[in-house]
Amino acid sequence: MIAALIIVFREVIEAGLIVGIVLAATKDVPYRGVWVACGIASGVAGAASVAAFAGAIANAFTGSGQEVLNAAILGFAVLMLAWHNVWMAGHGRAMASEVKAAGEAVAAGSRTLSALAIVVGVAVLREGSEVVLFLYGVAVSGGEGMARMAIGGTLGVLLGGGVAALIYTGLLRIPARRLFSVTGWLITLLAAGMAAQSVAFLQQAGIVNQLVETAWDTSSVLTDGSLAGKVLHTLVGYTDRPSVLQLVVYLCTIGIILSLMRVVHRVRPKPLLPTGSVAET
Amino acid sequence: MRQVAFTLFLIFAIGGSALAEDLVKLELTIRDHRFEPAEIRLPAGRLSVLTIHNADATPEEFESTALKIEKVLPGASTVTVRLRPLGPGRFPFIGEYHSDTAHGAVIAVDGGHP
Repeated sequence: MIAALIIVFREVIEAGLIVGIVLAATKDVPYRGVWVACGIASGVAGAASVAAFAGAIANAFTGSGQEVLNAAILGFAVLMLAWHNVWMAGHGRAMASEVKAAGEAVAAGSRTLSALAIVVGVAVLREGSEVVLFLYGVAVSGGEGMARMAIGGTLGVLLGGGVAALIYTGLLRIPARRLFSVTGWLITLLAAGMAAQSVAFLQQAGIVNQLVETAWDTSSVLTDGSLAGKVLHTLVGYTDRPSVLQLVVYLCTIGIILSLMRVVHRVRPKPLLPTGSVAET
Repeated sequence: MRQVAFTLFLIFAIGGSALAEDLVKLELTIRDHRFEPAEIRLPAGRLSVLTIHNADATPEEFESTALKIEKVLPGASTVTVRLRPLGPGRFPFIGEYHSDTAHGAVIAVDGGHP
């Protein structure tokens, strides 16, 4: 029961933090709940099918299918997060200030919701498939009663969800005018961390063999395995022994997203769109 | 933007295939939720490839925060992972789905073959 609790808790926290940030970043956008719920639901469905085809996926690409899939999923999420941030840099001010009455700006905000729903979906997909495989393994070996397993798993979901809810309510305490700049930073760091993680998978698979040297070792201070390390890993991409390439990609991702945001911000001084038009980005 | 990074990856990947010859090869088997052998030695500072055979019918996740490896092994399967060059030391790993019994470590030793 404890094993189930710990594993489910760890995976739910990772996905939950991302859901919490997405929810805070889309505060006041109509139908965001539906989008996020769709993201979670498709993530769960995807996780079950990834688990069902784990064998086939693992053997694809001469045994590196799992890493390639993970790296691709993460790369895709990075693109979606970057797009959201860049779009918000162009249009977000209208949503942050009093012009909420100008409904079109808010409605236009739902454009990047699909991108964020995808991010939520892939986060749930990645973490969920590990939970499904673990539970399947226990069920097959029959080591532990199903009831105890279910209790452990449910507690794990509740605890993980609770931590995510704390993050979300914490973010909401930030005054509305500053909320979007805070969530913008969070999403930028989230994306950079995911990009670095995606590099780690490609290096693990032996697809990328450059700059594999360890950049630094802070494992004596804070390990990735600890709860704080895990949370920081998800939020800002912390890892106690990053490879040099991970560090390079991390910094490049932040640099690219920030400079795109600045460019878009300057090009579009007037964030409001003409009434009834479909936002063109 | 990310395409630039991806192009870099491709260039790196092609350039890196020349390195493949000096790989240290390591093997590990999971049986009854235990690692055999429980300790593997390799020379420090070399790129290595670890082949893991899962002889159990149940899936397992080979995980090591020290080695930075996370790899799911379906039941009765064989997978390979690349280990980055390691400094001298002990790098523990576990089978996450059976962490009460599945423990092991990679030990990197200075100089030549251990």
